[in-house]
Amino acid sequence: MTAAAAAWAAAYIVLHPIANALTYDLFRLSRDSHLGSAVNFFLYDTPKVLLLLTGIVFLMGIVRTFFSPESTRRLLGGRREGVGNVAAAGLGIVTPFCSCSAVPLFIGFVEAGVPLGVTFSFLISAPMVNEVAIVLLFGLFGWKTAALYIGLGLAIAIAAGWVIGRLRMERYVEPFVFEIAVGQLDSRESLTWSDRAARGMQAIRDIVGRVWPFVVAGIAVGAAIHGYVPQDTMAGIMGEGAWWSVPAAVILGVPMYSNAAGVLPVIEALIDKGAALGTALAFMMSVVALSLPEMIILRRVLKWQLIAVFIAVVACGIMAVGFVFNLVF
Amino acid sequence: MVRIQVLGPGCANCQRLETLAREAVAGLGVEAQVEKVTDMKEIMAKGVMATPALVVNGKVVSKGRVPSAPEVMSFIANVLAEEASRS
Repeated sequence: MTAAAAAWAAAYIVLHPIANALTYDLFRLSRDSHLGSAVNFFLYDTPKVLLLLTGIVFLMGIVRTFFSPESTRRLLGGRREGVGNVAAAGLGIVTPFCSCSAVPLFIGFVEAGVPLGVTFSFLISAPMVNEVAIVLLFGLFGWKTAALYIGLGLAIAIAAGWVIGRLRMERYVEPFVFEIAVGQLDSRESLTWSDRAARGMQAIRDIVGRVWPFVVAGIAVGAAIHGYVPQDTMAGIMGEGAWWSVPAAVILGVPMYSNAAGVLPVIEALIDKGAALGTALAFMMSVVALSLPEMIILRRVLKWQLIAVFIAVVACGIMAVGFVFNLVF
Repeated sequence: MVRIQVLGPGCANCQRLETLAREAVAGLGVEAQVEKVTDMKEIMAKGVMATPALVVNGKVVSKGRVPSAPEVMSFIANVLAEEASRS
């Protein structure tokens, strides 16, 4: 374990010198050429992002072994709105959750007396504040942007859940949800540290194994943009002056789902060419929080009116974040 | 005869778990019936909030993730050993 951690740290430190040596010495590319800067960007950013992703996914995999949907349900059951929304948004980050099991989770929460709005805070935060998005933001934009993303993601989950709770939309939940009898929920698993480490390794195989081609492809496109697209090209289309770029980014993000990992490196390159950060963040949030497949899954327990309200409230939150960001930075 | 149920709405992970379960019973050389449960009422009645879940002779042995092949084998073997020691 310590050896693996040391190897990881060593690899991270030598990334930059190796990328430089490969680009400028081995391939003999000039530092000022388009090709040189594109190749150097690709050779440095790809291993950096993949290394970060592996490390964070492993750590999150271990953290998640301490939580379960059952324990989260117990913590949120009967909790009041307000405090409940905050707790649900926080627990959304650390509770193992896959949007494919959104339906049983929703039924389980409702059955335990978790208020509807609190359940939504969980359902918004869980996919939005995820480690892949955070790592990519950290690796490509730095820790400040990553921290802002986490903070604003939580704020949207808390506020949107609270608003949905205030709207009293319980009657738009499919009636069968209230009739389902939930069996004995037993979540007690006794895990040793090596079990937990094994779960972390499994998370690496599952998540990194799934997203790495998108990351590599995204960085390759980003590298080409870095090298060849002239400065400030994007300022007119995605810059701070173009107000409509924020809603456009949110709408564009809805149909994209698994490609979040590939989209971010491209955005990073576009920002370098004059696109605004708020627009980019809004796009990223929309990609992960408003996904079409999840809406289709939720339609089994929610009537379309509630799904429409859910999308509208979250989209407003994301747009607010985009606009505020573009104003402040 | 072992009765194995794979609980889940039919996503990619559920299919992977079903394949693993079939391979595991073949590897263990036990006679088994492997079935999929997609009905939400039945899934919830088993006390499962995270899919996919694996049920061996009525006992929930794993939920919310796709366990590894050796894990699936040991889950089934453990339930069988438990039942053998009780009878």
